[in-house]
Amino acid sequence: MEFFFQQLTNGLAVGGIYALIALGYTMVYGVLKLINFAHGDLFTMGAYLGLTVLASLGLHQHLGAFGGVVVLALMIMGLVGVVGILLDRAAYKPLRESPRLSAVVSALGASIFFQNALMLVYGARYQYYPKDILPKTVINILGMPVPLMRILILAVSILMMAGLQFFIQKTKTGTAIRAAAIDQAAARLMGINVDRVIMLVFFIGPALGGAAGLMVGLYYGQINFTMGWVYGLKAFTAAIMGGIGNIPGAMLGGILLGLIEAFGAAYISLAWKDAIAFLVLIVILIVRPTGLLGERVASKV
Amino acid sequence: MSLLRLQNLTKKFGGLTAVDDVSFDTYQGEIVGLIGPNGAGKTTVFNLITGNYKPNSGDIVFDGRSIAGMPTHTIVSLGIARTFQTIRLFQQLSVLENALAGCHCRMHSGIFGGMFHTPAQKREEREALELAMAELTFLGLDKQADLAANSLSYGNQRLLEIARALTTKPRLLILDEPAGGMNEQETAALVQLIRKIRERGITVLLIEHDMGLVMEVCEKLVVIEYGIKIAEGAPAEIKENPRVIEAYLGTQDDE
Amino acid sequence: MIGRIPKRFFVYGVLTALLVSAPLHLNNYWLDVLNNVGLYVILGLSLNLIVGHSGLFNLGHAAFYAMGAYTAAILNTLFHIPILMLIPASALTAGIFALIIVRPIIHLRGDYLCIVTIGVGEIVRIALINDIFGITGGANGIFGISRPILFGMKISKPDEFFWLIWIFVAITVFLFYRLEQSRFGRALNYLREDEVAAEGSGINTAYYKLAAFVLGAAWAGMAGTIYAAKMMTIAPESFNFWESVLMFTLIIMGGSGSIPGVILGAFLIIGLPELFREFKDARMLVFGIAMVAMMIFRTGGILPPRPRKYPIDHAQEGSVNP
Repeated sequence: MEFFFQQLTNGLAVGGIYALIALGYTMVYGVLKLINFAHGDLFTMGAYLGLTVLASLGLHQHLGAFGGVVVLALMIMGLVGVVGILLDRAAYKPLRESPRLSAVVSALGASIFFQNALMLVYGARYQYYPKDILPKTVINILGMPVPLMRILILAVSILMMAGLQFFIQKTKTGTAIRAAAIDQAAARLMGINVDRVIMLVFFIGPALGGAAGLMVGLYYGQINFTMGWVYGLKAFTAAIMGGIGNIPGAMLGGILLGLIEAFGAAYISLAWKDAIAFLVLIVILIVRPTGLLGERVASKV
Repeated sequence: MSLLRLQNLTKKFGGLTAVDDVSFDTYQGEIVGLIGPNGAGKTTVFNLITGNYKPNSGDIVFDGRSIAGMPTHTIVSLGIARTFQTIRLFQQLSVLENALAGCHCRMHSGIFGGMFHTPAQKREEREALELAMAELTFLGLDKQADLAANSLSYGNQRLLEIARALTTKPRLLILDEPAGGMNEQETAALVQLIRKIRERGITVLLIEHDMGLVMEVCEKLVVIEYGIKIAEGAPAEIKENPRVIEAYLGTQDDE
Repeated sequence: MIGRIPKRFFVYGVLTALLVSAPLHLNNYWLDVLNNVGLYVILGLSLNLIVGHSGLFNLGHAAFYAMGAYTAAILNTLFHIPILMLIPASALTAGIFALIIVRPIIHLRGDYLCIVTIGVGEIVRIALINDIFGITGGANGIFGISRPILFGMKISKPDEFFWLIWIFVAITVFLFYRLEQSRFGRALNYLREDEVAAEGSGINTAYYKLAAFVLGAAWAGMAGTIYAAKMMTIAPESFNFWESVLMFTLIIMGGSGSIPGVILGAFLIIGLPELFREFKDARMLVFGIAMVAMMIFRTGGILPPRPRKYPIDHAQEGSVNP
């Protein structure tokens, strides 16, 4: 029972991280119908920038453990968000009217660029987060020990997702984003500044991805320049599983994937963990071709 | 016996019944018009006939055989060809290649024939090319054969859709708003064209908003409103039918 | 038209002559690079059927490549069947594999198909690492694959592989060019341009999607056999996502749906990193930038496909469309 509970909480924490990254894929896809293959590397960048800022500013020494991490997270989100906007300007904006496959190659190129830039700056070896940033508290839930870290990660992920959902559903800017996602041309005619919407989407998505990178750094303690590829692929899988372009879908897909992996690794086989995740994805898509929460679009004739 | 018989055809999208218990017959050699206000379900009827949608209930009988639920390409090979309301040409390909697309279902060569250009494959290609050029000539598009389809004028793009449908050697041709976006001269030419198609022995079923064209060219009209058939008969009768007048005046806006 | 040969044919002729004479003036290192280019031409052309001609989003082509390579390697090392005789077996295995996995997912829309193909690529790689059925040798792979023997001659040196690979390329180019100029090739293009319209014109779109995948996979499987014969040892990491990305990129860069484009793309993708050697560590960084820049400045690829020519009689019109 305890073993099961450990897998459950671990799965939920990892799922929360996947969900945060998946939101970046799904938001960009929703508005531009573009798969931002460089998104996973922005996530890695968040992890590395977190380490740099942590080491150079020592925020947690001045502001206390939690205050320090919050300020750190906000800084990282801002930085990675700006990189996201720059990425769009440099690699995607010139290709708005081009065939979609060209944009995909540009995205793959940007991904290679970021990965290697990080390697050149930080080196190819693993980097380690200081171990003493957040207390290693273990709390008891129903008599089961759960590391506080897991609860924090899940809580923060859910908080961010709830905030995003509120922003998208309840604010005027959020409405503009939804409108641009449905029909860019019509949104333009309604006076919506679509370019600003795109900029915003390329800020929010990478910002959330950067925050997820920081969480991974704090949770696992070690980071590597290639980790964005695995996390990115998982998060993309999560976004598709939930129905790409659909924000609650990305959240559901992320959490679900985290759980599938945790239980798959524990009860089936650790070595086949990644394969199980993809297998589940394929089965879901065979049954529901547009994902769990994706719209069922009858092909328009 | 009718060439095409719709029997109590019903199609629902979620809670909306787009086509509700519609039945009518189309006989060999007729020109039949399917009319009705916008959103009445006309295109849905066409999509049911051509297999783009599967009916919830009812049957579609073509030449004595039920075709309901068959895949679209099989229905085409049985002899029903169509054009689309929103033009759906292969935009980047040439006019000739668009016409050749229709020949596909009457040809047989596959990967092997394609790789080795066997004598049978060569003969078949030559015949397809002749047929495609003949149909382009029939529609007056032969001089544009080498151009990309997207370089044609709007009216000519509609004609090219008809050419592509004709190269499938259909017995029934379904035209979805063929005059859409055409000017007056083009529409007048279209009337002649539809008659010439019928003279070739091809039965024509069409949706059209241009009432002048419909009244002039069709021998029989079927009127639907909210997915329900409200009238059927000769154009003159339909014009006098109070339900039809009501349906049109009640919802007429920009027609 | 007749009597005037387009200028590009002279260019092709000169380039072919240069290529054929390569073993005379290149050292073994550069010949090996050229052999790699040849392998990627075959892989690129096979993927081009799926991505370029049919517009199907496949980022997992390395899985089919791996199926072919492993089929040949396993049969060769276990039963000592000469490796070149295993080419049909590899093609068959990769083709059947494609048929089985693609059939249930063929109705997926573009981006959903993309992630599934990535997933299939990863599943295959993980299965190979985990020594599935106990025959793939796990993470170390399979070694001791024997050298190919052709007409009693053992092929082992780069210049000998040069002929094996590039003759295979020539056959592939010839057959695929003919296929482009046929009912089959056109059907794939109709599919790419507008699936609904293609089906509505009487084309069995599900069949052609599947056929494109199976044929492309079978060809990649054959390339896998040659790769196994050339390397004598194969391992799962040779068939990772990066390989699929390379094949995909070379097509789009060179010219999606264009045979000369794919050939040029293979030279660029395999050749460019060689030329960037002086950048050492920054090599891949420059490569990434080059990918973005190429797409921005040559969106449709460097050599986009040329329209097909048909022998139609223009005599009565007097003028031919320029």
